[in-house]
Amino acid sequence: MLKYSLKRIVKLIPVLIAITLIVFTLMYLTPGDPALQKLTSQGGEVTPELLSEVRHEMGLDRPFIIRYSSWVLNVLQGDLGNAYTDDQPVVPKLMKALGYTASLAIACTLFSVIIAVPLGVYTAIKKDSLFDNIIRIFTFTGNAMPNFLIALLLMFLFCIKIRAFPVIATASLKGMFLPTLALSIPMISRFARQTRADVMSQLSEEYVIGMHARGVKERVILFRNVLHNSAGSIITIVSLQIRVLIGGSVVTEMIFRWPGIGNLMMNSITARDFPVVQGAVLILATLQILVNLLTDLSYFLIDKRISLE
Amino acid sequence: MKKEKQKLSRTQLKKLKMKRKVIIWGVIVSFVLIMSFMAPFFLPQDPLETNALMMRKPPSFEHPLGTDNLGRDVFSRLLAGARTSIFATIMLVIFSFIVGTTIGVVCGYYGGFLDDIVMRFTDILLSVPQLVLAIAVAGMLGGSLVNTLIAIGITSWTSYARLARSHAMRIRQLPFINACRLTGTSDATIIMSHVVPNLVGPMLVNATLEIGSTMLNIAGLSFLGLGVAPPTPEWGAMVSESRNYLQLAPWAVFSPAIAILVTVMLFNYFGESVCDLTNTKEA
Repeated sequence: MLKYSLKRIVKLIPVLIAITLIVFTLMYLTPGDPALQKLTSQGGEVTPELLSEVRHEMGLDRPFIIRYSSWVLNVLQGDLGNAYTDDQPVVPKLMKALGYTASLAIACTLFSVIIAVPLGVYTAIKKDSLFDNIIRIFTFTGNAMPNFLIALLLMFLFCIKIRAFPVIATASLKGMFLPTLALSIPMISRFARQTRADVMSQLSEEYVIGMHARGVKERVILFRNVLHNSAGSIITIVSLQIRVLIGGSVVTEMIFRWPGIGNLMMNSITARDFPVVQGAVLILATLQILVNLLTDLSYFLIDKRISLE
Repeated sequence: MKKEKQKLSRTQLKKLKMKRKVIIWGVIVSFVLIMSFMAPFFLPQDPLETNALMMRKPPSFEHPLGTDNLGRDVFSRLLAGARTSIFATIMLVIFSFIVGTTIGVVCGYYGGFLDDIVMRFTDILLSVPQLVLAIAVAGMLGGSLVNTLIAIGITSWTSYARLARSHAMRIRQLPFINACRLTGTSDATIIMSHVVPNLVGPMLVNATLEIGSTMLNIAGLSFLGLGVAPPTPEWGAMVSESRNYLQLAPWAVFSPAIAILVTVMLFNYFGESVCDLTNTKEA
């Protein structure tokens, strides 16, 4: 286990380097002069002398490779630079927002798995029943829904028609309910479809038929064998969906004004405050890589044969 | 003997049913495509004309889907926006298809160092949250439809490249390719006249399956205000513009959003029916 984990972690190093390179180049290629942007976003008069002074201060007159390496060194020390708008360090802002985004993502993943896995298993057993068909229509629709439609529909129903929730989500458990629900609906659709397909393919395997023939109880086959065997692919789809979730959370956070990273990123894009955008992309990408790593390690926990490869 | 005959006819029947499904969805999808291209010529009203007296009016006979916060006819805007939304989606899918397939085929056919580098690169792109990268790119380049397409295009070709590569690697090892090599056929000819025709089918199936999610990505970005510039009608942007008036004019928000939903569903149904049919063919 340890050896396998270490091998996986070592493999991550080039990926991380590449990501810092992408994020930095993004900033480098952005049209416009960062020094000018910094000065204009802070307000006040911009004189050529001031501009060249700030340019020197920000190291903009140095070549790409030196700027990149000094930036990476700073990142390794946990310094992502200062925001243009208020000249405050970016990292505390991002960390505060990350907490909100992470709690939303965790709540949403848990909620979706708890609803979707039983739904998928049940519809696989009761294939082609009325219930299965109804759920199929729901999951197909949920899959095709733009996430802003779900969020706006929920907002329209719960905040405007029923008035059960305030329109602007407060950073509380109650405020978290609607964003979580909005993010969960497409997730539930995909998880349920995947689970149903996996369980169905497992149910047609010969070992299931054999166990039936030996008179093993349906419940035992289902929970002890079938579910265990489908766990790998369910985890795969969960980890793949987290990428979609991270992207979708930008839209949902913006609609409900949830103070997470997505919201921060959008506000910073509007304010053209690029160090914050850069930091947000870096953190979300790192988050995704950690999820990928945990996914790979969890395969190992489920199926010990993987380590032999 | 008799039993076998029955079984055969049942699979044939199933296949026929699937074929019929593909044709039905194909006709519907082509109808939507043609409609979306023709729609701008049959607009009931000018989609850009604002009217201060008709602001946020609910659906009526004159305005089937009501008017938005500037008094523009939502139905006309919806029709005019169809071309932008659907055209952008199809363009992006075609672009990713061509770029991804080319890179994938070259990597799969030649293998080696180039292949290693490109595949590492796709690994990296796949490990970054796609939409986040697209938002950052579009946000930094500045919002416009072309920039949105570039932003999504940066990552969207990777899945095509991986698929094409795996097919090209399989085809490369088939005996008839070896025979071609022995007769001295050039690599370029082998790729163009033997490898590509053999993988274009499954690649097209994958492309039809991707249309729906591509459309959702574009809609997401343009909803965030990173798509077309405001007066131009486009579905995601329409939702974004009317969002602040959700309470006063829900029709202006939900009509374009539901248009996206329905279109994506149509493309998904079509893609799945094509996928089902080709799977049974292989089996």
